[in-house]
Amino acid sequence: MGFMNIFKHLLADDWGVHPDDHKRPAADQAVRVMPVPAKLYLPLQQHLGGPARPVVLVGQKVKKGELIAEAQGMVSAPIHAPTSGTITAVTEITAPHPSGLTLPAIILEADGLDEWVELHGCDDPFALPAAEIGKRVAAAGVVGLGGAAFPSAVKLIGASRAKVTTLVMNGGECEPYLSCDDRLMRDQAAGIVDGIRIMLHATGAKIALVGIEDNKPEAITAMSAAAAAFEQIRIRAVPARYPMGSEKQLIQVLTGIEVPADGRPADIGVVVHNVGTALALRSAVREGKPLISRLVTVNGNCASQPGNIEVRVGTLAEEVIAFAGGLKGDGLGLARRVMGGPMMGMQIPHWRVPVVKGTSGILAFDTVEVAEQEPNPCIRCGSCVKACPMGLLPLEMSSRIRNEAYSEAIDLGLKDCIACGCCAYVCPSKIPLVQYFVHAKGELAAQDRAKLRGDATKKLALQRQERLAREAREKVEAAAKRKAEREAAAALKAAATAAVVQESV
Amino acid sequence: MTPATLTAQPVASPHAHGGNSVSRTMLRVQVALVPATLYGFWLFGWPSFFLWLLTILSCLAFEALSLKMMGVTQIKRTLFDGSALLTGWLLAMTLPPWAPWWVAILGGFIAIVIGKQVFGGVGQNVFNPAMVARVALLVSFPLPLTQWVYPLPLTSLAAPDFIDGLRIFLTSLPQPDAMASASILGYTKTELSRGIDLLHSLAGDQAPVLSWIGARSGSFGESASLLILGGGIYLLATGVITWHTPFAVLAGIALPAAIGHAVDPGHYLSASAHLLSGAAMLGAFFIATDYVTSPNTGSGQIIFGLGIGFLTWVIRTYGGYPEGMAFAVLLMNALTPVIDRFVKPRVLGRDRKGKALDVPEGNA
Repeated sequence: MGFMNIFKHLLADDWGVHPDDHKRPAADQAVRVMPVPAKLYLPLQQHLGGPARPVVLVGQKVKKGELIAEAQGMVSAPIHAPTSGTITAVTEITAPHPSGLTLPAIILEADGLDEWVELHGCDDPFALPAAEIGKRVAAAGVVGLGGAAFPSAVKLIGASRAKVTTLVMNGGECEPYLSCDDRLMRDQAAGIVDGIRIMLHATGAKIALVGIEDNKPEAITAMSAAAAAFEQIRIRAVPARYPMGSEKQLIQVLTGIEVPADGRPADIGVVVHNVGTALALRSAVREGKPLISRLVTVNGNCASQPGNIEVRVGTLAEEVIAFAGGLKGDGLGLARRVMGGPMMGMQIPHWRVPVVKGTSGILAFDTVEVAEQEPNPCIRCGSCVKACPMGLLPLEMSSRIRNEAYSEAIDLGLKDCIACGCCAYVCPSKIPLVQYFVHAKGELAAQDRAKLRGDATKKLALQRQERLAREAREKVEAAAKRKAEREAAAALKAAATAAVVQESV
Repeated sequence: MTPATLTAQPVASPHAHGGNSVSRTMLRVQVALVPATLYGFWLFGWPSFFLWLLTILSCLAFEALSLKMMGVTQIKRTLFDGSALLTGWLLAMTLPPWAPWWVAILGGFIAIVIGKQVFGGVGQNVFNPAMVARVALLVSFPLPLTQWVYPLPLTSLAAPDFIDGLRIFLTSLPQPDAMASASILGYTKTELSRGIDLLHSLAGDQAPVLSWIGARSGSFGESASLLILGGGIYLLATGVITWHTPFAVLAGIALPAAIGHAVDPGHYLSASAHLLSGAAMLGAFFIATDYVTSPNTGSGQIIFGLGIGFLTWVIRTYGGYPEGMAFAVLLMNALTPVIDRFVKPRVLGRDRKGKALDVPEGNA
C-alpha cells in the first residue's frame, strides 16, 4: 500500500488536500444535550427541493413531533415541531446563508412540557415492504444529515427502483473541525448499523460499504464491532483526505467505479447515505420519531469549549454557542461565523440564525484561522490543478470567468465543479476561485432563466399577434356576412314588394 | 448588532487556507539558490558579487518603474513579492561572472520591461524573463557574454580584491588572456570545427575538466552542479516544484547524448559531460520549472521538459552556439499554451475527450 501511494503520488494522482483537521479535542468530548430553548425558528426550506407548506395556524398548540409543515412537490420534506408549545408566528427570518437574506419560517414558543405526540413505531421493519419504509421515512422528514440535506426517502425509493447493488455509507467526515459523525459512530454504532440494515432492506442493495477516514480510529473500532455480526455490512478505513466524503470520490475509492459525468450514483448501482442519516432513519422507522434534533459540532479558535451538542432543530446558533460555553473573550477577535464545515460551509452574518436539519457545525474562527488577504495575480503555479479532485483546471476556468466567457468555462468543465474549495485552499495568490465558480454558475442560471422568460414572452407575443389577426379576419368576415345578409334581405324585400305590386295590378 | 456584523462581506467558502503564498514560494526558491550563489562568489570573487547585486537591483528598479507607469497603487506589495528579485537572481546566475556593469543594467531592463511587464506583469508573460534577457544579451553582445574566466577562489593570491573587483566590474576592459578560458562546450565545439575530434581534444592539456563541485569555467552560478542539484532537491522536498519538469529536462539531454556518444564518441560528448556542463542543472531545476511559462499538468510538464532537454542537446551538438539551454527554454515556452491546450487532466466521470462515461450495462 505504501508503495502504491508513492507511485500514485509520482503520477500526481493524489487529488484533494490534506488540511489540518482540528477535530480534536472537540471529537473527544462527550456529547452534551442542550435543553429546549424558549423559542424555535423553523425555516420552511431546510432541505433541497420545494419548501414545505405550513399546516398550522398562529396560536395553535402543537405537541412534540407534530407535523407543522407538509412536503410540497416530488422532492421535499415535511417539518415537525421539535417540542410542544404554541405557534406564535409564520414570518421571515435570517437564512443560514452569507447574503443575510430572509426566508419564511414558523416560530414556535416552547411550553416547557416537551410532550410527544402519539408515535407509531414498528418492531420489525424487515417485515415491512420497501415502499412502506420509504413512506415512513418521508413522513418523518428525514433528510441527508451530511450537509446537502437531500430528502432521504427520495433517494431510498429511487434506489429500489434503479435496482442498486451497493449502499455506500458516508462516514468520511472529511471537513476539518467537524466531528458530529465521528461522535455518533463512537457512541451509537449499534443504532447506525441497525439503520444501515433497514436501508439495505429498503433499497434492495446487497452490501453496504461504510467508508470512515483513518483519522477516526475509535469510530472505526466501534463500527467494526457493531457490524461484526452482519457480513453484508463492511467497514472500510479510507485515507484521510479532503474531499473524501464527496459522493463521487467516496464511491470511487470504495468501489473503484466512477460515476459518469451528468449521471447519478444509481446509474452504476450505488446509493450513498450519511451515517447520521442512518441513525435518524432508524428512529423514524422503529420508533416513528420524526427528525427534530441533530448533533452539531461547535468549534473554532474562538469557541471556549469546543464539542458536540445535541440540539433541537430551530435553535438559534447564538443559544447553542451560549450553551456550549460561549466565545472566548466574549467574541473578541472573532473573524468569521460559519455554519457547516470550513471548506464548504456558509458564512453567516450574525449568530441569530437557526440550526437546520443540515447544520453539521457552528464554527467561530479567529483572525489566525481566516487570515483575510487581498488576492494577488495568478502565477499559473498549477497547485489548483493538482488539488482538484475532479480533474479540472481551476486557473483556466477562473480566467475565462473573469472575462465573462462563461461558455468557455463550461467547455473547461465548470458544470463538473463540486465547489469543494480545494483549489482556493491551496492557491498561493489567495484567489477566491470558488467564488468565481459559484458566481458563474449563478450567472448561467440567470441567463437560462432569462432565456426561458424571453422564449415565453416571445410565444405570448406571437400568440397575441395571431389572435389579433384572427379577430381582424373574423371581423371582416362577419361584416361581409352581414352585408351579404342585408343585401339578400333587401333583394327579398324588393322581390316581395314587386310581387305585391304585381298582385295589386 | 455590533459594527462587525454590518461590515461582514459575503465571502464564499472555503474559510480555511493552506497557508501557501507567492512570497513564500519565491523565498523558498531563493533559499535553494543560496548555496550555489555563495559558492559562486567564492569561486569568481568580488566582480561576480557586484554583478549579482546590480542585476537584482536593476530588476527591482525597472519593476518599480513599470508598476508606477502602469498606475499600480500598491507598488510595494507587488515589488516585494519576490518575483522580480528572483528574476534578477536567476539572470545573474547565467551571466559570465566577470560581465561588466552595463550588462547587469541592460539585462534587468530586458528581463523586467520587455520580458515581463509589457505582457501585463506577473503571471502574464509568455517567455521566461531571465532567459529573454540572457538570449537578447548573448545575441546583441556576443563578446562580453562569452568571456569566461578560470575560477579564482577568493582565498587564492591571484584573485582580485574588493577594489580590483570593482575596477573589473566598472571598466569592462577586455580580460587578460591569462584569465580567459573556455567552457567545455565551447572548447569542444571550437576544436571540432578545427577538425580535431573529441577523443583528441579532450585528451589535451588545455581541455577543461568536468567537475561536480564547479571547479570549471562557466557562468557565475551554474558551475557547481552538485549545489544546484541540492537546491533542486530542496525545492522538490518542499513541494515548490514537482519531479516532472527537471526529470524530463535531464532525460531529454541525457538520452540523445548517451545514444550519440555510444555511436560516435569522437563527435558526441558523453551524457555526463552534457549534464554537468553549461546550464543543464540550473535550467532543469530553476529555469524550466518557472510556473508562469511552463505547462500546468504533470504530463504537459514532461513533454515540455523533454522538449527543452532535446533541443538543448541539438543546439549544443549541431547549432552555432556552444550552449542551447536558454534558446531551448524560450522555444518550449512558446509551445506551452499549445501543450496546455492539448494535455488536460481527465475529468472524473468523463473520458479523455471530455465525453461523459457510459453507464454500465444492466444499470440503465
